[in-house]
Amino acid sequence: MPEISLPTTMLTNVKAAPAARAVPLITIENLALYYGATKALKNISLTLSERVVTAFIGPSGCGKSTLLRCLNRMNDLIDNVRIEGSVKIGGHDIYGPDVDVIELRKRVGMVFQKSNPFPKSIFENVAYGLRLHGMRDKSSLEASVEESLRGAALWDEVKDRLHASALGLSGGQQQRLCIARAIAIKPEIILMDEPASALDPIATARVEELILELKENFTIVIVTHNMQQAARISDQTAFFYLGELVEYDATTKIFTNPARKQTEDYVTGRFG
Amino acid sequence: MHPSPTKDFRAKEFRYSSFFFTGITGLATYLIVALLGVVLVNIIIHGWPGLSWRFVSTIPKKDVFDPATTGILPMIVGTTIRVVVMTVFVLPVGVITAVYLTEYAHNTSVMTRIIRTAVNNLAGVPSVVFGLFGLGFFINFVGHNLDLVFNNGEQAWGHPSLIWASLTLAVMTMPVVIVATEEALKAVPPGLREASLALGATKLKTIFKIVLPQALPGILTGGILAVSRAAGEVAPILFTGVAYYMSDLPTHLTDQFMDLGYHVFVLSTQSPNIDQTQPILYATVLVLLILTFALNIAAIFVRSKMRRNMRSLH
Repeated sequence: MPEISLPTTMLTNVKAAPAARAVPLITIENLALYYGATKALKNISLTLSERVVTAFIGPSGCGKSTLLRCLNRMNDLIDNVRIEGSVKIGGHDIYGPDVDVIELRKRVGMVFQKSNPFPKSIFENVAYGLRLHGMRDKSSLEASVEESLRGAALWDEVKDRLHASALGLSGGQQQRLCIARAIAIKPEIILMDEPASALDPIATARVEELILELKENFTIVIVTHNMQQAARISDQTAFFYLGELVEYDATTKIFTNPARKQTEDYVTGRFG
Repeated sequence: MHPSPTKDFRAKEFRYSSFFFTGITGLATYLIVALLGVVLVNIIIHGWPGLSWRFVSTIPKKDVFDPATTGILPMIVGTTIRVVVMTVFVLPVGVITAVYLTEYAHNTSVMTRIIRTAVNNLAGVPSVVFGLFGLGFFINFVGHNLDLVFNNGEQAWGHPSLIWASLTLAVMTMPVVIVATEEALKAVPPGLREASLALGATKLKTIFKIVLPQALPGILTGGILAVSRAAGEVAPILFTGVAYYMSDLPTHLTDQFMDLGYHVFVLSTQSPNIDQTQPILYATVLVLLILTFALNIAAIFVRSKMRRNMRSLH
């Protein structure tokens, strides 16, 4: 039988990695979040494992990005946000009274929906976080920047123009630069908020490949609107609807044999 | 009936209303240009003959109304120094205020609303009121008390001088700088702040390393506007530092000074022989205009250089 290259359907990668020997890293317990009087997240409990890609899916406004932003306390920046319940990373409550958000964000990096490189050179973009956390020495900065750019599969494309403006890169390159910037400070967890939603299919494929590579060293939580993407790259999937966690299971199970009717309707495209 | 389109795509009739409105807006624009042109041409034609190197480089020793011997060097020096000293004070204070208002203050709080209202009202206060404020606050209160504390009551600070005139101008131009800086800070994409904070930067680091550098050209625009406004103002310095006549250049910030704008007033109202004084009056006005343009162009040059650096980054 001739080799047929499978079209990138929902299920090509799903068998690859069932979360074996899962070590819990992030434990969310009874988390509720209010914007003023509106309850945006309703009693969510969820355990995410180390070195596993977890996808948050669900229709717009279901709270998946809000939950993601709870994990590095970016919601602190918004007025009138109130949080109940607890989020523990490695056993420590990140909303505890003596927690320093600076230390937290060093360990929990983030990549945003809209690529947001600083209006500085490519080198300075990656070096920014390193300098913030005390790296001054020029040669170690250079080594770390190279390592991070290689890690983000961008080095070969930019090695000859490290000191050119980051704004001259294409959209996909900018997003990989943002990933390089995030991994430069060696976080344990990387949060990705629809990292490929503004990219063309080829750039998206590169970012997805990258995510699969990063899984070796990082725990990744990704919010996505693209269900094929969730199926391709994640090991675990959580489906949210109207601020509630509907179902959380291995990605294979969510996409082939979901326990809840609502999940099935969403992943098969009947609503959402 | 619905009108059918013409075959050759030409309008069926001349559109008078459209023509009329285009004409009106055009006329209004040309009127502004024409007015500026008339003023400039008038000043250049009358001022040019009186202008000479001797005129701009001479310190008048006896009669400021005598075209043959007078000069305006002390006025040029005085105006330049007061504008520069004002800029040194107004930029940092204005920028810090704007940073507080946009980055730290809660928009809905009563305090923020009071500050914003105060800034807007400050912009509407007549400039002569600032002059009186400068006299009352800076000279009679601050200066007087400095003398009491440091000089045993001997008068060193408590009189009109360059420093108090500059500070008064700084208070007057503060709203311009604050508003321009606020606009510049608001134009910095929120995504850049988030990116910096998500990397574990403190708010302070984010403001200094990301937000302010990005807003710098806009902040400089505020500085340019402040300089333009202040250079020609006379009322605020009337009671706070300007002198009718001084035989020498100011050497300290506590000295009084002569000023181009005020000198124009002196030449046009105090002269014993108006016809004789007219050429130097026009020449002084021309020099004031040139100085203002020069200060502006210098600031615009710095700003465009900064923008270029930001784009190419080398």
